[in-house]
Amino acid sequence: MFEGGLVGADESVALGEVVFNTSLVGYQEILTDPSYAGQIVTLTAPLIGNYGVTTADDEARRPWVAGLVVRELSASYSNWRAESSLADYLARHGIACIEGLDTRKLTRHIRSEGAMRAGIGPADLGVEEILRRVREHPPMAGLDLTGVVTTPEPYGLAAQGETRFRVAVYDFGVKRRSLELLTGRGCELTVYPAATPPARALDSEPDGVFLSNGPGDPDAVAGVARLIEALAERELPVFGICLGHQLISLGFGGSTYKLLYGHRGGNHPVHHLAARQVEITSQNHGFAVLAEGESVPGADALVVTHINLNDGTLEGVRHRELPVLAVQYHPESAPGPHDSRYLFDEFIGLMEKRKPRA
Amino acid sequence: MPKREDIQSVLLLGSGPIVIGQACEFDYSGTQAVRALKEEGYRTILVNSNPATIMTDPDLADATYIEPLTPEWVERVIDLERPDALLPTMGGQVGLNVSLELYDSGILEKYGVQLIGADARAIRLAEGREEFAEAMARIGLEVPHGGFARSLDQALAVAERTGFPSIIRPSFTLGGTGGGIAYNREEFERAVRTGLEASPIGEVLVDKSVIGWKEYELEVMRDHADNVVIVCSIENFDAMGVHTGDSITVAPAMTLSDTEYQRMRDAAIACIREIGVDAGGCNIQFAVHPGTGEMLIIEMNPRVSRSSALASKATGFPIARIGTKLAVGYRLDELPNAITQKTPACFEPVLDYVVVKIPRFAFEKFPKADPVLGVQMKAVGEVMAIGRTFKQAWMKGFRSLENGRAGWEIGATLADDGLAGDDHETLLAALRQPTADRPFQIKRALLNGLSDKQICEASHIDPWFIDQLRQLVGAETWYRSLSEPDREAVWEVKRLGFGDAQLARVRDESESDVRARRWAFGIHPSYKMVDTCAGEFPAATPYLYSTYEDENESVRSERRKVVVLGSGPNRIGQGVEFDYCCVSAAFALAEEGYETIMVNSNPETVSTDFDVSDKLYFEPLTLEDVLEIVHLERPLGVVVQMGGQTPLKLASALRDLDVPILGTSVDAIDRAEDRKRFEALARGLGIEQPANGLATSEAEAIEVATRIGYPVLVRPSYVLGGRAMEIVYDEESLKSYFHRAIQASPEHPVLIDRFLEDAFEADVDAVADGQSVLIGGVMQHIEDAGIHSGDSAQVVPPYLLRDEHVAKMKVHTRELAEALGVVGLINVQYAIKDEVVYVLEVNPRASRTVPFLSKATGNPLARLAARCMVGRKLAEFELRGDGEIPGVAVKESVFPFEKLPGVDTLLGPEMRSTGEVMGIADSFGLAMAKAQIAAGNPLPLSGCVVVTVHDKDKPNVTPIVRRFHELGFEIWATSGTARYLRGRGIPARSVQKVHEGRPNIVDHIISGEIDLLVNTPLGKHAQFDDYALRRAAIQRRIPYTTTLSAASAMCDAVIALRHRKLQVLSLQQRARRVQEVAAGT
Repeated sequence: MFEGGLVGADESVALGEVVFNTSLVGYQEILTDPSYAGQIVTLTAPLIGNYGVTTADDEARRPWVAGLVVRELSASYSNWRAESSLADYLARHGIACIEGLDTRKLTRHIRSEGAMRAGIGPADLGVEEILRRVREHPPMAGLDLTGVVTTPEPYGLAAQGETRFRVAVYDFGVKRRSLELLTGRGCELTVYPAATPPARALDSEPDGVFLSNGPGDPDAVAGVARLIEALAERELPVFGICLGHQLISLGFGGSTYKLLYGHRGGNHPVHHLAARQVEITSQNHGFAVLAEGESVPGADALVVTHINLNDGTLEGVRHRELPVLAVQYHPESAPGPHDSRYLFDEFIGLMEKRKPRA
Repeated sequence: MPKREDIQSVLLLGSGPIVIGQACEFDYSGTQAVRALKEEGYRTILVNSNPATIMTDPDLADATYIEPLTPEWVERVIDLERPDALLPTMGGQVGLNVSLELYDSGILEKYGVQLIGADARAIRLAEGREEFAEAMARIGLEVPHGGFARSLDQALAVAERTGFPSIIRPSFTLGGTGGGIAYNREEFERAVRTGLEASPIGEVLVDKSVIGWKEYELEVMRDHADNVVIVCSIENFDAMGVHTGDSITVAPAMTLSDTEYQRMRDAAIACIREIGVDAGGCNIQFAVHPGTGEMLIIEMNPRVSRSSALASKATGFPIARIGTKLAVGYRLDELPNAITQKTPACFEPVLDYVVVKIPRFAFEKFPKADPVLGVQMKAVGEVMAIGRTFKQAWMKGFRSLENGRAGWEIGATLADDGLAGDDHETLLAALRQPTADRPFQIKRALLNGLSDKQICEASHIDPWFIDQLRQLVGAETWYRSLSEPDREAVWEVKRLGFGDAQLARVRDESESDVRARRWAFGIHPSYKMVDTCAGEFPAATPYLYSTYEDENESVRSERRKVVVLGSGPNRIGQGVEFDYCCVSAAFALAEEGYETIMVNSNPETVSTDFDVSDKLYFEPLTLEDVLEIVHLERPLGVVVQMGGQTPLKLASALRDLDVPILGTSVDAIDRAEDRKRFEALARGLGIEQPANGLATSEAEAIEVATRIGYPVLVRPSYVLGGRAMEIVYDEESLKSYFHRAIQASPEHPVLIDRFLEDAFEADVDAVADGQSVLIGGVMQHIEDAGIHSGDSAQVVPPYLLRDEHVAKMKVHTRELAEALGVVGLINVQYAIKDEVVYVLEVNPRASRTVPFLSKATGNPLARLAARCMVGRKLAEFELRGDGEIPGVAVKESVFPFEKLPGVDTLLGPEMRSTGEVMGIADSFGLAMAKAQIAAGNPLPLSGCVVVTVHDKDKPNVTPIVRRFHELGFEIWATSGTARYLRGRGIPARSVQKVHEGRPNIVDHIISGEIDLLVNTPLGKHAQFDDYALRRAAIQRRIPYTTTLSAASAMCDAVIALRHRKLQVLSLQQRARRVQEVAAGT
């Protein structure tokens, strides 16, 4: 049990899987990243809220975290872009935030015991009661949360400038920045709800398909095999990020497993094997694709392209024959370094190859 | 790709003497570099003129040359050692500039030496401001719009565009030397002239003023495979306009969103790629407009810098060590993160704490210096504090400063805070001008009802910081108002970072009461690790800071352990020498099998490298902070005698709280420092002392002075560096002095000694084990008595003292060490006058000269002392006698006068030098010449000497002038002196004094007609003349001397330079030579 001050939400109990993120900046992007749905995020950076919040930094239409844990929530903010304080923002969106506790102790606890179910609630409810509710809350393993965060209806987004390609986006919890990086490269997008049958999304004959990031256990997402099969059949250029990467790996026969405490932060070194270069990456995942050396067991068609240098876990794959590439981390960053944005160019390259410029 | 096999030996350049803007952070980088190269098996050759450094310890490099850092002397080393490569990026601006000169002059090519780390092209691109601006334009980055000028006319043309205020920065200088801010044309012209003069290539940059913009720095590393990481972001508390070395800085950046930070990161990466720093680190500065976010790139240093030292300590990422390994061919992903030992160094550290760096100034030493901070750095040192919050780190930082305040608290008087009043107008006017006092003025402004908005507008400090400070002021007021603080209240203020001593003052209690209450509540700090990864991975290296949280991560081991207290922020009188001693102690004690625990607050030092000791506590050196560590660690003892005055001041309080002190007892220290007790001791041993007395009031002082006779030397007791020490010639001056001295040290009385005019002085350092004593050496001062020993040039072995006097000093030193029961180091200062040897003072602790003497003689005195302190005996070691010194070594001091315009350069009993160099050779003349060259006083081999001396000095100066004349120098002198010299057969031309009309001496100096100035103080009335002369000499970089003995030594040096070739020898070879001699050949 950790004691702290409650900020933001009302008196109800916020429940979720407690994880930690080591990014120094970017709290607003983290709050609004749909991949954090169902999670209580501990920020290891001790001072949060210093630069306020601005709608320009939202990654989704609302914050998705189940709760927030910080060492000190800044009483004031200062930045020319800021529109309001983080405390106001949290209150406005009813996000529970607990502050003032020993976040490093909590982080070290999660590091050794693993990400676990937790709750943030008012002390007068009693520890036993909060604990009871935590235990009733379903664990993350086995949970499909894409339905919660995905768009209810398909929608379109115009390319910035001349339209070069039409891309179908599977929204498992897509971040605004991914969409922007695609439209900024001349892609006209149609964004589909996560459960859209492949036939429907592919009917319009897109030039490529983007499988977004998203929350929850990849194994629990329904219809993966059917989706990947459909994509492979049409030999469409496919680009997957995070959950998208996991679904591609699963679809081609690979398997996923839950990491003890996951990767969440903006400083993970990833080795790009072909380029022999290291990228500093933005990461947010609790599950990983099983790899053995440079191969993915069960998915002979996939080749490992990227490896995490901290723990050697799989960070990216491509298909041996098909124009399919995917990474576990977040090349769209937001928050985090921009080192990996070349992947969006590679996706464009795959589509160009298939459909050369007139 | 692993390390390069095509090179076997690497030459490394240090940064020379400590000066403002280039301090012991380059001992940190050089030491890391040497250790990293050795680890990889390269033969390592080091050149540095600064003997006080750890890197020049002969144990570290394979060949250590204490030689001047000039191209011609380094070429001699290259010729002898034939290194394969030169690493230019570890020795600050000096190392970089010398490397570039060696490259440009073709010397590197001639000897086949490659530059590694950064090549000449990259250095030039980054350092030449014009080339840099063009390079940045190529990658779409903006620099403050302005232009370069090589003349005043060109500068004025640029100013037409930029307008005023504008910033003038000379190219290729360090610490912003010669730079300035101009608010009008007149100031502009003056600043441009100074800047052109200061730049070695005669070029200045005229910048658009970005005063008031926010300032940031990023520390960037790149390997030859083009992997780039950002090690740290730093945000300056003070806005643009204050040199970053003079700014309070915070890591990580506090008020940047991810969007802005990533834009800056992208720019930094583009910058290091465009400049082409191949393998190593660099520092890039940015300015951000607070209202629009417009971002400009200010400059890039293609080398390790003060900020990289700070970033290393702030993050746990050893930039210099990694930079060195990258330079010899490794990639970032091939190197391990030394802290986690499991993850690679190719990552970006994340912090779960806040770091605040606060500069330490020395304006109390230079009352005439302009206190306004600007683009030219003025700080002499700094502290760093780590806390879980900004507020906590801020409070810890202020109590680390050792400036007489118990933390961030206002002075007793308005004047203490640089204020004439505390009405809103006066406060706002003060806040507009950045000075060392401004943090305290801000506190007064917050207390006196100024709004955040008013404070921010006046100071340009970001509102977020001001709000943080307001919270602290609010908490303090609240705490003061409590009838009795309960556990929650104490917990609250401790978490905010308030120290016990400050809390005591807030409620008018004693510190021990505050401590007792806190302990009664069971409130102790918890220690957290600096682990580079915010807890994501287990850390293998215990690098700790205190905070108040639930979980304590510092686990006490079962090993026998010793705590070494460091020396805190560098200041005049306490610098890198003491860090050398502390590190030596840590190394020696580790070899003796002890777990070593270091405590220090100075990020520039080697002692705060996490691999120097077994455990590092980055903490303020206050009673409270040390006590908590001792309680947790329960060491065998605490070492207080290595870190100078800082730990010594804590000794008696620690002893009183039953903390075991290692080595010489606290009582013995007191016996040496306490005037009355010491007098009794000296009398008992039959050792002469100058007539002296002690006064606690002005009346008593006059009485004592009258009794012992003027002139007298007066000083407060318990000070280092001669703080407030003066020679007083009459009662009137004594009265005026006495008031000031009382302020300097209120708890202690004033000491009054008969001043021995024209005496010779000498220092003796020795090590004792409680039974026997090893004399380290006798160092004769070259300047006469009355000049602080830290400022005087010194020579070992003595060259003008009679053997019997030297012998007597050794005997006295042994007797004193034995009588005091010294276990460890002892320093004794002597004066010799009229055949009598007087003892001036005894310091049973490490002295400033310990590293110099250790390098000169080859005896590692500090290490021996540390071993003695844990019970080893001198007889157990093979030691060299002090009669077998392998040559002659001269120590010369280096002064900050160039950086502090308006300050008189005359030396006196108050120490004002910031650093030192050593010249070592087989003869006194050559050693002196090397010392002068290394100190930046290149000696003329011919030309014109100007002599202007006091009447009483005329007889003694004559033989010296005659020697210069015989060497073919032209002799000029002021009319009286000239007449006197002509009367003795020396042709001397008369020149006018300043008040006699024009052209006068100053005009001749400025027009470059004079090559050497001999000027002894002419007495009160001519003070202005003297002052103008010496300032002109400094500006024109003309060597000058204010004492006759130094003039004579310079003459010896000139002769040596003219007659001998540039002879260099490594310390290791010198030692070998002595061994061979001793072996009986």
